[in-house]
Amino acid sequence: MPRIAAIFCALFLAAAAALASAQQVTPERAASLEHLVVQDCGSCHGLTMKGGLGSPLTREAISHYDPDVLALVILDGVPGTAMPPWRPLLSEADALWIAEYLLEGDSK
Amino acid sequence: MKRMTLGLAAALMLAAAARADTTATGDLGLVIERTTGSVLLVDQSDRAALARIEGLGDLSHASLVYSPDERFAYVFGRDGGLTKIDIVKREIAGRVVQAGNAIGGAISDDGELVAVSNYEPGGVRVFDADTLDMVADFPTGSKTIGLVDVPGRKFVFTMWDSGETWIADMSGAEPRITKIPDMGKNPYDALVTANGRTYITGLFGEDGLTALDLWEQDPQPIRVLPGYGRGEQKMPVYKMPHLEGWALAGDEFVLPAVGHHEVLWVDARSLKETGRTRTHGQPVFAMARPDGRQVWVNFAHPENDTVQVIDTLTKQVIHEFKPGPAVLHMEFTPRGHEVWISVRDAGKIMIYDTHSFEKLREIDADSPSGIFFTARAHRTGL
Ligand code: HEC
Repeated sequence: MPRIAAIFCALFLAAAAALASAQQVTPERAASLEHLVVQDCGSCHGLTMKGGLGSPLTREAISHYDPDVLALVILDGVPGTAMPPWRPLLSEADALWIAEYLLEGDSK
Repeated sequence: MKRMTLGLAAALMLAAAARADTTATGDLGLVIERTTGSVLLVDQSDRAALARIEGLGDLSHASLVYSPDERFAYVFGRDGGLTKIDIVKREIAGRVVQAGNAIGGAISDDGELVAVSNYEPGGVRVFDADTLDMVADFPTGSKTIGLVDVPGRKFVFTMWDSGETWIADMSGAEPRITKIPDMGKNPYDALVTANGRTYITGLFGEDGLTALDLWEQDPQPIRVLPGYGRGEQKMPVYKMPHLEGWALAGDEFVLPAVGHHEVLWVDARSLKETGRTRTHGQPVFAMARPDGRQVWVNFAHPENDTVQVIDTLTKQVIHEFKPGPAVLHMEFTPRGHEVWISVRDAGKIMIYDTHSFEKLREIDADSPSGIFFTARAHRTGL
């Protein structure tokens, strides 16, 4: 029981932390991130995220990911594949914003 | 008698009407507007946009080829759309969605066949240039890249996943396929020289490139720069370089390096390295001015606001400037006196004099990417 509580607590904290950092993105930054996703992720994943050299990033394709995990994939890339690590260019808050954006499937 | 005069008059009127309708297409071009699914018809001599043609689907990473008479363009969209545009009538003359996910195309030397390479389903499909009916289907089980036309009604293409190159000979009643394995790990793009002899594919999964001598009876993979970049830390690659805009400058190829801030010089005959030039960022296109005296280079995100010009005699950067945010493509006028540059996030095409580097004109365009002048109709492998 204490263990479950601890896990629950950790999860809750993680979620809270995640939320906090996603909200750190200003509206201006969000606009430029949206542009980055469509144009620069789009050069491999397709403007509509239906895939290209990179796998599809439509909501259906990535719905099994937690936002935090997805953010890590974006930051660290997929080693041994053409998916580059974006850590040199994006902050963790940026990556989380993109993860949530993709999971909401906002990109048409 | 009276009837004859009338007939003659009618014939003359028809001729006059025909003349008034004539459009010379030799100095025209099309610019891909990637987010709006449209293309812009431009006039090179007037440095002007003439018309916008809409309804072409997802045009990220789109490219096109021209019919031999420079009247029709075949546009290859990312969403598998193959659109035939009549640039005289300024309208879509035909359109098929031939696959789920496509990457580029080519037109046969006789202008009768248009081929498209696809990611999904992986392979190449060949269409009648007139009707857009499918005439051949070559499934490869792999994302297929580096599709080019070579003389003799042939197409050559390469597989990202399996590292094979196939030559499809379409000259007989039935297509004949020659398969060449072991081209290397994850080829990402390829080029062919204007004489159709040397096919070079760039590798993402290992250092170096692989060449084929297509004049050989039985072409075998030739490793180019196999040790290139070994031991150096490769940088993350945010945009795959393009080899389509290959540069043959004098007797050397100039090639963008993957994951490094340099372009590589390779002797066109021996395929041995002859030099490297440090560049501002990771090169995407390294394009030779048609006379081969200069090479213009643009770069991957986040250095994509800059263009460098390299002198091919000294291999030195002689000019650097910042046209604006997201320089995606460059196209020279056929004789090379001007270059048109698409600056996506500025929403402009910018035109420069290649001798004085002076900016001559800006043309508005919606997220412009590839620029294609009709003179490409007469070049192999573009
Ligand atoms: C240079 C090409 C390239 C660019 C640019 C690129 N990706 Fe990728 N990406 C890939 C490839 C290739 C894969 C598939 C990797 C594999 O085989 O597992 C991938 C996979 C992914 C995955 C994992 C998908 C899954 O189903 O597991 C995510 C998430 C992702 N990319 C997000 C992004 C985002 C966000 C951007 C822009 C910030 C981006 N990518 C830009 C090539 C690219």
